[in-house]
Amino acid sequence: MLLRTKLFGKNYEFADIRVLMGKANEEKSGDRLAGLAADTTVERAAAKIVLGHVPLITLRQNPAVAYDQDEVTRVIDDGIDSAVYEQIKGWTVGELREFILDDRNDGERLLKISPGLTAEMIAAVTKIMSNMDLVTAARKIRVIRHCVNTIGEEGTLAGRLQPNHPTDSPEGIRASIYEGLSYGVGDAVIGINPADDSYSSVARLLDMSYEVIQAHKIPTQNCVLAHITTQMRCLEKGSPVGLMFQSISGSQKGNEAFGISVGLLDEAYALAKKNCYPLGPNFMYFETGQGSALSAEAHNGWDQLTLEARNYGLAKRYDPFMVNTVVGFIGPEYLYDTNQIHRAGLEDHFMGKMSGISMGCDVCYTNHAKTDQNASENLAVLLTAAGCNFFMGVPMADDSMLAYQSTSFHDIATLRATFRLHPAPEFAEWLESFGITNQSRFTSRAGDATIFLNRTSK
Amino acid sequence: MSDDHIDELIEAVLRQLKAEGLVASSSNLRSQADNSQTAGSHTHTNISADLVIDSDDPTTSMQRIIPGLENAADQDALVMLMETTTARIGVGRAGYRPKTKTLQLFQSDFAISQDALYREVDPVLLQKFDLFQVETMITEGKEQYLLRPDLGRKLSSEAMALIKSRCVKRANIQICVGDGLSATAIEVNIPKIMPVLISGCQSVGLSLGTPFFIHHCRVGVMNDIGDILEPDVVILLIGERPGLGRAESMSAYMAFQPRSGDTDADREVICNIFDNGGTNPLEAGAYAVQLAQTMMKNRGSGVKMRLSKDSER
Repeated sequence: MLLRTKLFGKNYEFADIRVLMGKANEEKSGDRLAGLAADTTVERAAAKIVLGHVPLITLRQNPAVAYDQDEVTRVIDDGIDSAVYEQIKGWTVGELREFILDDRNDGERLLKISPGLTAEMIAAVTKIMSNMDLVTAARKIRVIRHCVNTIGEEGTLAGRLQPNHPTDSPEGIRASIYEGLSYGVGDAVIGINPADDSYSSVARLLDMSYEVIQAHKIPTQNCVLAHITTQMRCLEKGSPVGLMFQSISGSQKGNEAFGISVGLLDEAYALAKKNCYPLGPNFMYFETGQGSALSAEAHNGWDQLTLEARNYGLAKRYDPFMVNTVVGFIGPEYLYDTNQIHRAGLEDHFMGKMSGISMGCDVCYTNHAKTDQNASENLAVLLTAAGCNFFMGVPMADDSMLAYQSTSFHDIATLRATFRLHPAPEFAEWLESFGITNQSRFTSRAGDATIFLNRTSK
Repeated sequence: MSDDHIDELIEAVLRQLKAEGLVASSSNLRSQADNSQTAGSHTHTNISADLVIDSDDPTTSMQRIIPGLENAADQDALVMLMETTTARIGVGRAGYRPKTKTLQLFQSDFAISQDALYREVDPVLLQKFDLFQVETMITEGKEQYLLRPDLGRKLSSEAMALIKSRCVKRANIQICVGDGLSATAIEVNIPKIMPVLISGCQSVGLSLGTPFFIHHCRVGVMNDIGDILEPDVVILLIGERPGLGRAESMSAYMAFQPRSGDTDADREVICNIFDNGGTNPLEAGAYAVQLAQTMMKNRGSGVKMRLSKDSER
């Protein structure tokens, strides 16, 4: 294999696809930490040029981890639709980019070629796309899924209500749920990150959140983001579970670090289809994020963007209701500053959509990254323009348990108003009937958590 | 002269002045011109002169519990809801956005986290506790420290030589202080925890090594310290990643005979050490001495020690 170009009179040669894929990435501190980043900006430009000439067939033949060594590779490769693949395998990555951006090819057309693409192909084309390419391409694709309600329809933007509490106090979490609902947030899911992963604590939070949903007849689903084995135990013992959650990784070794495998996920999915209370047919919720495989030393010498694409290839197997990247959570050694976090957010969102995933984003950062809340607000605007399915709603964006900053209830309400978007249709109807909105506009009750208390008359 | 002409003239003069470096931007000169035109209004000037802004500190716990929402359906209930959580609820709204006070409190809380991260520990504090300073492999400042956790886990060769020459070897307890991700955490907690650690060790007959301060420090540096000084227990006091509005949180990492290759599974940690709401630093110090004794009795720490404790039950 010869992978070479001349640029400004100088030769740039890349040893193999792995090296080329690393050097073709936009600047990321995690790729540099892994020793995969381009040495110079011109070398990066050269890598992008060479990658643009690589045919898709070569990318299928060079997965990040070999087929016989990695079950994530097998899931993705075995899932390829051969009829579609045969039509496109001769295309170069550059041609794929132009097909995706061609204004005659709408979202439906893009979703028709999606089953012929491996994660490495989607990662490759993402590397040679600019930020606005990623926005406009993702904007074409609508992925609509149904659990209790419907997510992803044109003209909608949903919010995950994230009412975490440092010690899992059911009263404290309930208070944050009321606050979020009063801002019209919670249609994607009422999703609680538990501090304590034990069965009894998780079961208690499932019961509490389900009671709130039942008491106020809210058309949404609940979820407690414990380890999937804990949720399975809850489900087996009769707890009301709306969505089953798990963090996933782009390699078998990375998933082992999370204590999961394809076999375990298969089992959880079968159980969810059987025992989750909603109508479905989509019952799964996954979180991802660039750098997680590297931090577990499970990246097999590949760059963090390619590993991230493989998350979506794996997630697809379970036809999830929702998937989000937690884009700034991992810290500055993987995504250093605002530029890198923004780029990764746009990349992940596009790659998820291109994989046929109902894709959202936890637009967030930790306090040691070189960024701030203004930058998060910017990325939320960019992703809304890109047709993102949902964001996180955290009280004033400050998660009191996980000690990081995400997006707020106010942010979701503002983005809907600014872009003229609505909540999930069933949820929007409920907001009207509950008097939080009137003809889609906030009433004086909006933003008042006490309207959910029994002592208050409507 | 028409308005358009005046503007054109001003612009031309400005271009000239800017070229000569005499003004920074056109807006400055325009606003000065505007001021001179309105300067005749004495009332306006007097109000400005009498203006006194003396704002309350919005970060006190009393200020934080005041609801931003003032017209809740049930105002008493709103206060009760707020009391159940440290999450920022009951804040109200300005249209779809947060109220000014809520936004500015958030920005203030963020600011103190940032300053803690980028500040250095006060050298006076280090002198007061007789802590000499050594460096890790970080040579290019905070940015490199944040980007290269691997280098923050290794002592520089100069540091190793200095530690060898200045420190007592094979003590029972070796105390080290590291800035980690918050200088503030070290400055507020060290004066409280150090005396407790020292007198606590002395009272139970544990010998103390020579304490020192590690600049640009990560937890993994404990392995190097164990290799060089061979104490029974290393206690590393290190600043935690600042939370929003909370920069004073410190951790005490502890390990029994740490050596190269050890991981977090070989260590114990007392985290969230801070006054008013966290683990009180005085109590944390006393607990650390107790934990050190247990480590020495079990001859192990971390998951290893817990497993051996479990098998005793």
